[in-house]
Amino acid sequence: MADEIEPANLSLTNVTFDLEYAPALESKSIVSIDKEYGLFIGGKFVEPKDGKKFVTVSPSTEEKLSQISSASAADVDRAVKAARKAHTEIWGRMSGRDRAKYLFRIARQLQERAREFAVLESIDGGKPIRESRDVDVPLAAAHFFYHAGWADKLEYAFPDRRIAPKGVVGQIIPWNFPLLMLAWKIAPALATGNTVVLKPAETTPLTALLFAQLLQDVDLPPGVVNIVTGAGATGSALVEHKDVDKLAFTGSTSVGKQIQRSAAARGLPLTLELGGKAAHIVFEDAALDQAVEGVINGIYFNQGHVCCAGSRLLVQESIADSFIDRLKNRMSTLRVGDPLDKNTDVGAINSSEQLGRITALVEAGVAEGAEIYQPSCALPAKGYWFRPTIFTNVQQSHRIAREEIFGPVLSVLTFRTPEEAVAKANDTQYGLSAGIWTEKGSKILWMADQLDAGVIWANTFNQFDPASPFGGYKESGFGREGGLQGLSAYVSLSSPRGAS
Amino acid sequence: MVTLPRRAGRLEEVSTEVVTPAASAVFAPRSRSGVALRVTPVDEVGLEARARTFTTRSIKTTSKRAAINLAISCIDLTTLEGMDTPGKVAALCRKAVRPDPANPGLPSVAAVCVYPQMVPAAVLHTTGTGVHVASVAGAFPSGQSSMAVRVADIEQAVADGADEIDIVISRGAFLSGDYRYVFNEIEAQKVACGPAHLKVILETGELGSYDQIRKASMLAMAAGADFIKTSTGKVAQNSSMPVALCMAEAIRDYADQTGEIVGLKVAGGIRTAKQAWHYLVLIAETLGTQWLTPDLFRIGASSLLNDLLLQIQKLDTGRYSGPNYVSVD
Repeated sequence: MADEIEPANLSLTNVTFDLEYAPALESKSIVSIDKEYGLFIGGKFVEPKDGKKFVTVSPSTEEKLSQISSASAADVDRAVKAARKAHTEIWGRMSGRDRAKYLFRIARQLQERAREFAVLESIDGGKPIRESRDVDVPLAAAHFFYHAGWADKLEYAFPDRRIAPKGVVGQIIPWNFPLLMLAWKIAPALATGNTVVLKPAETTPLTALLFAQLLQDVDLPPGVVNIVTGAGATGSALVEHKDVDKLAFTGSTSVGKQIQRSAAARGLPLTLELGGKAAHIVFEDAALDQAVEGVINGIYFNQGHVCCAGSRLLVQESIADSFIDRLKNRMSTLRVGDPLDKNTDVGAINSSEQLGRITALVEAGVAEGAEIYQPSCALPAKGYWFRPTIFTNVQQSHRIAREEIFGPVLSVLTFRTPEEAVAKANDTQYGLSAGIWTEKGSKILWMADQLDAGVIWANTFNQFDPASPFGGYKESGFGREGGLQGLSAYVSLSSPRGAS
Repeated sequence: MVTLPRRAGRLEEVSTEVVTPAASAVFAPRSRSGVALRVTPVDEVGLEARARTFTTRSIKTTSKRAAINLAISCIDLTTLEGMDTPGKVAALCRKAVRPDPANPGLPSVAAVCVYPQMVPAAVLHTTGTGVHVASVAGAFPSGQSSMAVRVADIEQAVADGADEIDIVISRGAFLSGDYRYVFNEIEAQKVACGPAHLKVILETGELGSYDQIRKASMLAMAAGADFIKTSTGKVAQNSSMPVALCMAEAIRDYADQTGEIVGLKVAGGIRTAKQAWHYLVLIAETLGTQWLTPDLFRIGASSLLNDLLLQIQKLDTGRYSGPNYVSVD
């Protein structure tokens, strides 16, 4: 009987197969980008007074996307006046329950239009669609949901206190998580009864402007949120404005220092979330494969444009070589390329300026004698790209171990004892985040106690939740965002009437 | 018949000496070449998070066709029922050799997988086709028989013509910490296999934690497994992406530490083409594409094949057909 059977087709069975991922592009058709945008003031898009515009480009194609208005001091003044009016007449007097309704509406709209926001974020900012779809947009919606829940329960957040909003808050956000940082800023401000003038970063204004359209759709009262686009001059006009009651800034340490100088002179409440140079500490008894994932995620997530990125790997000397081998192995599977491809892990560098900064620091690393490794992945011809990079043989005194690179560049250092790990981890001007990898719980607790960092992750990294406060020590800033602590930055508390 | 590549010297070097320490609850296996094996702990949350990322890889058009062909060629087409008959096995073999008669360009599956009693029928219908005959043996699926019975079971299956043997470890011994027993039983069954390839089922659904799965993986490889396999398909929890990842990482560590290459078989509950290529992505990104061959990767399944055929029809015609357009077996 057997000889009646045709021989099997073996042409494919004994060949090693190279699994290629075909391009899997997320469609752009869901997004419509206007030729130009005005400033969002008093619930309407208005032209800037001096008519100045600038161009926003897609960092992955260098294509010009749209003309964006550049807000002058006069425009900022209009925005602050609109916010003041909205605060006095409507928002500051509205019940928490009614404010919550608007916040819930915003959150739900963000979820409904999630794909639109995710695609636009990837086009304008260069981050992989996998991240904007799975992290940025869902977390932004989560922040609005979370703070919507607080809006009518503030007396439980701050018991036995009289609670009043600050008034008009000026907020300046960076280009690394444009929509998410907008949510971190706007949601707590609105929940507590403040009105907002927000300046998005000049390289990534589009999702903020789409968000402004969303606010029109949900009928948020005019002036409660105003969005003024522009570069540094717009930001300083907002910081210097006399009628702003509180400032919140996320961005570089150098700009943060200027803002603090200005706010200090006027006694203005301020929260700053600035740079970082986080230590990611891996002990020899760690779950090594998951630690590799954590380290990869810690530095290559969002091309390393993350203030809390784990940019310094401190690995115990006894496992350093094998751990670095594992890392390099894993790096070879990272896919760099079109942010809209669903298989892309590392997208485009946000701007040519940032690419220049990263390149300069990497050159400094090579010049100082650290050993560079980059996987040999192909990069697209157009756009701003940088290969995932690790430096080994890095010394504590190297610039790449001290300065924030804000790119996909990891500096690897070693340590021998937990004490040495702590000493090296804390030897930095920054203090935003840290990661600890060990299977020994007591070591995690001891380390967490010793590390000067606002956020410490154990056996994981880059986990965010609206209920969890986020912020730094030292030159990483002060104040917290998220949770009760984040809420408290937007309220003035005093003793209740009649209390002694 | 195509013979699988074999690790040089493995059979010659089989030692009867027990290489695990006398205190058997101490887990310190050594490879055959005497390398003390290091087993890294596993973090459950991180492992599961990584396993999820493979399922978000998007495979389309040309990649999809290649992935489907590869998945077909890696299948151990399985029937493990009390009601199996030579007739059923004949039908299964026909399907294994020519999955879709209307599409002769498709590869055959890697093997048919049957109970020992069905081995003669399977051999009869696959001889000369290149499709291997795998037999579960050694008191599958519980493993709860004496070593003599289990060894005899394997010897009979091999004598009847099976060239691959799937056995299951004694979970009871493993969970009670008697690693030496588990090591010895695998080693003895490896000897009983003779020239046949040995796949060792860990029955991960009964091991309780990823740490245990990683440990059992190392133990099985050290004791002589040519493949390590997730499940029998006979308990509630079958193969899953995190389990497969955990075992693939152990295989990679074993290769790094000893230079010896071991294969992975996932089994149980894999019914859709999509699940199959999630596993292919997992293998490609964890072990590398050199593992993407039927010599080193297998999927134990029965209904999966038809879903792959339906996907091929969809690629060819642009339309989804239905189960009536592929043969049941």
